[in-house]
Amino acid sequence: MSEKLLSVQDLHTSFFTDAGEVQAVNGVNFDLDRGEILGIVGESGSGKSVTAYSIMQILADTGRIVGGKILYKGEDLSKWSEKQMQGFRGKCCSIIFQDPMTSLNPVFTIGSQITEAITLHTEKHGREAEARAAELLTLVGINEPEKRLKQYPFELSGGMRQRVMIAMALACEPDILIADEPTTALDVTIQAQILELMQDLQKKLGMAVILVTHDLGVIADMCDNIVVMYGSRICERGTAHEIFYNPRHEYTRGLLRSIPNVNNMKKKLIPISGSPINMLNMPKGCAFCARCDNAMKICLTEIPEELWINDSHKAACWLNVRDAFEGKEV
Amino acid sequence: MGDTLVEVKNLKQYFPVRSGFKTIPLKAVDDVSFTVGRGETLGLVGESGCGKTTVGRTILRLYEPTAGEVRFDGELVTDKNITAMRKEMQMVFQDPYSSLDPRMTVEDIIGEPLDVHHLCSNRKERREKILELMSYVGLNAEHARRYAHEFSGGQRQRIGIARALAVDPKFIVCDEPVSALDVSIQAQVINMFEDLQEKLGVAYLFIAHDLLVVHHISKRIAVMYLGKIVEIADSDELNEHPVHPYTESLLSAVPIPDPDVTRARKRILLEGDVPSPLKMPTGCAFRTRCRFATEQCAKECPALTDRGGEHFVACWNK
Repeated sequence: MSEKLLSVQDLHTSFFTDAGEVQAVNGVNFDLDRGEILGIVGESGSGKSVTAYSIMQILADTGRIVGGKILYKGEDLSKWSEKQMQGFRGKCCSIIFQDPMTSLNPVFTIGSQITEAITLHTEKHGREAEARAAELLTLVGINEPEKRLKQYPFELSGGMRQRVMIAMALACEPDILIADEPTTALDVTIQAQILELMQDLQKKLGMAVILVTHDLGVIADMCDNIVVMYGSRICERGTAHEIFYNPRHEYTRGLLRSIPNVNNMKKKLIPISGSPINMLNMPKGCAFCARCDNAMKICLTEIPEELWINDSHKAACWLNVRDAFEGKEV
Repeated sequence: MGDTLVEVKNLKQYFPVRSGFKTIPLKAVDDVSFTVGRGETLGLVGESGCGKTTVGRTILRLYEPTAGEVRFDGELVTDKNITAMRKEMQMVFQDPYSSLDPRMTVEDIIGEPLDVHHLCSNRKERREKILELMSYVGLNAEHARRYAHEFSGGQRQRIGIARALAVDPKFIVCDEPVSALDVSIQAQVINMFEDLQEKLGVAYLFIAHDLLVVHHISKRIAVMYLGKIVEIADSDELNEHPVHPYTESLLSAVPIPDPDVTRARKRILLEGDVPSPLKMPTGCAFRTRCRFATEQCAKECPALTDRGGEHFVACWNK
């Protein structure tokens, strides 16, 4: 087996709050290859962002990785010191956040924020770094880069700021780009621009992208492989085709039924009943069973293991186990 | 359409903005006209800052219109007593977290409109009405004494909808009612809106930026750009045959949750950003980003004209 670029193995991340331990990520495994676009989809509180933050080790003070490994080119990041991690962030792996309004520092110019990343991680300084910053702004489609470098974030629109964030993230040509809801705060026409830009850059620079989002449309458009998360665990994973056309987990199926059908817009939606789970009070068995229409006895008590459907498709649902026992084709 | 419930005619809403020593008008809504039929859903879409929320709020007189008229059931809204008018029209807000008073119980939140309009003669009747409203929106009787913070986003939105329904309105302005909710919860609330319309015959102005949701729920859709309506048509017609270049690119920008469909499509990317409403381009507001812009577009603003079958478009070149 060739070495994976990034391999997350049995990751457990918890937040220690006054109300008790919240297991935000519970045994998550996935691999990322070079040049792959991996989508992580799930609703708020499903642990998708925390998974991304765990890789970068930028969790809030109360959060800690309590178990598992994060292997980057074979080395375990969770054992690395803060100093080593500083070298990792930006240079090997960078992240863009949801809200471009708050993730840029309002009191520094765009130029100083981009050159900071460049001087920290590369040999380039002063003029050279500035030239590189201007080059990056051109790369992300901002015109008049020299003028923009002297501007402050408040002078730019939301779409422009997100472009600046992308430029900053790409400053040191990282192997991995994590995009945490990169277009959620943007309008559709601007979203289309940013998605197109990300696809372009990904092809040009060949980096791997982890795209965290709740928008199934964006996922369908962008991703090679998809991981579906619910209640801090992975419930299903597979290629875009497998997830959208042959979902094998009740949550994925419910999710796809609850969005308007493109071929028949007036068809009534079939919602997932109930409300999202309370992370402080996780059920004993499958996290989704309280909202699942086909839940069985075993779902209440035993957590389902991920089961291979085929070489690339895996789902954690007892219904698949039952079907296998009954001799149905899995 | 003979059965018009709400008629908006040449509605303008300008906000004064200080710029140095001068005060200049920000034209949030500029000459907008449309109608909503009885029991119909009209979708209103557009990007942030295009004035769609302001249209909704001005209809309800949360803002006093600068010019133009809004008629409800043939009567001018501005002539009517505001309390009497709000008994007929209500609003559901976007953010279910800030639109409910944290110090009131659910019972009081839903009961307040009943008290304001003196709809119940005694406590027992009030209590029964509240429980009935709660059952409409899928809340249990035991929820009545709880406070808003004890509920999830979807449940809070249900409380907001029950409050709007309390006075038995004929028309509800829904301002982005599902955009703060998770996908799995969105469908529950959308279905509820549809069921309530079927049961109570209420008409909606459904304001949202999610085009798939708007297409699903609306009979007709109006597209806004910088304070003006650029296209109005039946929702299927609009999606299959968009005429205005803005509508076209807006539709092509929506990511469709179907890998084969969405990857086979060609996006029509718009250049640049929406111009500031304080520095509106002359003529057609969209011409700065339009592929088909000509000289005429800079001179004169095109009017909405019928292109057959109730399909209205405001464009010189299409």
